[in-house]
Amino acid sequence: MIPNASSDRLCVGFAALDRLMPMHVLVGPDERIVRTGPAWAKICPGLGAAGRPFFEMFEPRRALCKVGGMGRCSGNGGKLHLRLRDRFQTQLTGIAVPLPDRGGMLVNLSFGISVIDAVGRYDLAGSDFAATDLTLEMLYLVEAKSAALEESGRLNQRLDGARQAAEADAASDTLTGLANRRVLAQALQRLITRGVPFTLMHLDLDHFKAVNDRLGHAAGDYVLTEVARILGAVTRGGDVVARVGGDEFVLIFEGVTDRVKIETLAARLIRQLEAPLHYEGETVRISGSIGVVFSTDYDLPDCERMLLDADSALYVSKNRGRGRFSFFREDGKARKSDGLGPTPPI
Amino acid sequence: MEKGEWMHGLINRSLENFLKLTYGAGLWQRVLSDLDPGFDTFEPMLRYPDDMALALVDAAAVQLGKPHAALLEDFGNFLIAHPQSWRLRRLMRFGGVDFDDFLHSLDDLQGRARLAVPDLDLPQLELVDNGGGDFILRCGGSWDGFGRVMMGILRAMADEYGALVLLEHEGSDKGHELLSVRVLEARFSRARDFSLAAQTELAQ
Repeated sequence: MIPNASSDRLCVGFAALDRLMPMHVLVGPDERIVRTGPAWAKICPGLGAAGRPFFEMFEPRRALCKVGGMGRCSGNGGKLHLRLRDRFQTQLTGIAVPLPDRGGMLVNLSFGISVIDAVGRYDLAGSDFAATDLTLEMLYLVEAKSAALEESGRLNQRLDGARQAAEADAASDTLTGLANRRVLAQALQRLITRGVPFTLMHLDLDHFKAVNDRLGHAAGDYVLTEVARILGAVTRGGDVVARVGGDEFVLIFEGVTDRVKIETLAARLIRQLEAPLHYEGETVRISGSIGVVFSTDYDLPDCERMLLDADSALYVSKNRGRGRFSFFREDGKARKSDGLGPTPPI
Repeated sequence: MEKGEWMHGLINRSLENFLKLTYGAGLWQRVLSDLDPGFDTFEPMLRYPDDMALALVDAAAVQLGKPHAALLEDFGNFLIAHPQSWRLRRLMRFGGVDFDDFLHSLDDLQGRARLAVPDLDLPQLELVDNGGGDFILRCGGSWDGFGRVMMGILRAMADEYGALVLLEHEGSDKGHELLSVRVLEARFSRARDFSLAAQTELAQ
């Protein structure tokens, strides 16, 4: 028969049907399966055997089909939503078209989105799909995209690691703009290597935790930036001011080892720290305890040693009532501090 | 940036993996110190100047005392046949159910690569079917030597499909490299297993 557009019939052999629709099911007028496409051999062997009722093998997912049977299904443009009654309960979508002369229905089925699971379950191959079916392209895409996404994820991880490292290595503390521990260590090492005498001062704020607890972290941050401003004002351009902990600072005075000068400086610094600060209508009072070491107290100055000694001198100040400074001497004893009086109340 | 001036890092990284896994970390270090790019590994999702990949091949060829053509063909083979290349091998297998089908899918390779990684530009491939298992593959001319890489890929894919194939580089025609592909026996040996279901690295 020569097909022509004006005729409403087309005769297609079963072999051609198998190639065009490998997942078709022919259903007789009695709703029993008459014939199945070749892909069913893998998906559900024996599906077409012995004229099994269509709805015994496929469960309708929409109520309409359940009540009205195949005839009613085709009312919805012939669209079917089914579930295969096997152990996987695989979801299927399809289309049913009536055959001429009450000859039953031709149903073509596909996996829809469940195809990704289905290819694994039923061990489907490229040859199980029609050449026009985009399933293979979709599977290819899913796999290629997950590979690309994985690679992107790995890149993001590496970049994030690098970002964290860069942040830690950055020269300044982000809140106060002061130098950080790394820059401090470099500056100390440079002075020691060049043999330049210097004074190292370790400052720990007093009553700072109380500010944080009472008025919150924003108030604490405000206090820290004010402290940074004061430290900047009492030092000269070439001196180093570093924030080495939450409320701990280290100052290095290059070329100054005169005890009297340093005493004056430390006393002025503590006085300035004790001046009341105002934050959102609240008055805030802090102070500072200081430990001091001179590079000239050492035959061979060493960064770590000097920082530790300044720290012990600082603790002497703390123990003696805060708001004061103490010197560390080589014999391991802090000099009597010239206390600045009792610490101010908050 | 102009298209073609920057090569996708996936290609540089694949070359890096090929050199490292085939010839060892020592060779890679020597190639790196010849190139001195300022880093010691390529990021597969970034882009690098085009001439970097070429310089990489040049440096490796000199270090190994190996002709460019042979090195590039080995690289193509590595891209499919090496155990670490399982992902690409699988993606290529999606191209067809047998070697013949696969050959015909090569026309789409450029498009497929772009589907996976939008900024990955591969040269255009064109298959001419002369009948009787005789084919000519025309490789677009944007990268000199890509035809040699394709030779290695085709050889490895023929093994994948169990096909007996005769491959020949026929030189260039108007900037296109021409490969002759003669399929002597489509099912010479058993094809390697391939399942459409996504695989994990362990299963490979």
